[in-house]
Amino acid sequence: MMTHVEPWVVLAFCAAIFFIGFAGVLIRRNILIVLMSIELMLNAVNLTFVTFSKQLHHLGGQMSVFFIITVAAAESAVGLALVIAMFRTLRGVDTDQIRLLRE
Amino acid sequence: MEISPIFFYLFAGVALAASAMVILKRNPVASAFSLVMVFFAFAGIYALLDAHLIAAIQILVYAGAIMVLFLFVIMLLSADVPSFDLRRAHPVARAVGGVLSLVLFGFFVWAFKNSPSPAPLGNFTAENIEAAGGNSRVLSELMFSEYILPFELTSVLLLAAIIGAVAIAKRKQSLPTEGRRK
Repeated sequence: MMTHVEPWVVLAFCAAIFFIGFAGVLIRRNILIVLMSIELMLNAVNLTFVTFSKQLHHLGGQMSVFFIITVAAAESAVGLALVIAMFRTLRGVDTDQIRLLRE
Repeated sequence: MEISPIFFYLFAGVALAASAMVILKRNPVASAFSLVMVFFAFAGIYALLDAHLIAAIQILVYAGAIMVLFLFVIMLLSADVPSFDLRRAHPVARAVGGVLSLVLFGFFVWAFKNSPSPAPLGNFTAENIEAAGGNSRVLSELMFSEYILPFELTSVLLLAAIIGAVAIAKRKQSLPTEGRRK
């Protein structure tokens, strides 16, 4: 029975979640899903920080995660306010509707 | 690392499946609830990695505050009509998104697997943290001594975010207030 997981497996899992979020930002057009994908990427980076914090016996990684979570909360508050403003102007939440500068 | 493989692979599988559902579901509400699953699975992995304070904050801030914000906005905009915009996406954009993600993911796995394991930077081993009073206590003491400046700057950031969110989302008045009072 195994009692430990190799660190690179945990880091590869973080990379998988990060690139699922990355693909979501690239292929989806609903801006709410794009914001959720950004949250996924932030979470993957947080888990990378915690993994290295455990591997290196240093708590700087966990402190960074604390500040990243705060910045992510601020970012999603401002981002969702921008979504509301966008819906009010364009009556939609698709990113390909944002072409006010082209007209 | 000395963590339980059963629970790690359980949480990792849940997180991978739920995050794939976040980007593939048609309905934004379904995506939001899949995202809640991802956040809970991540909190479980943080707890496995002895980051208890981060696990608690993850559930409180992400699964609590941020997801409530997302659901409020989805319901406020009544944007929960299913729209499978994935199929409308440009084929080149889809191909580039998928292939680029897979290639970069493979590169990351290769890099993580083949890099030598780094030497420990500090002395915060699990035993030392346990002897000093546990993860939350050690982290809180660090937060209010070594990291006090970023902690205080965070409050400025949150204030700016509050003011910014209210200013952006506020409905613009079409008439000046004096004119309306007459």
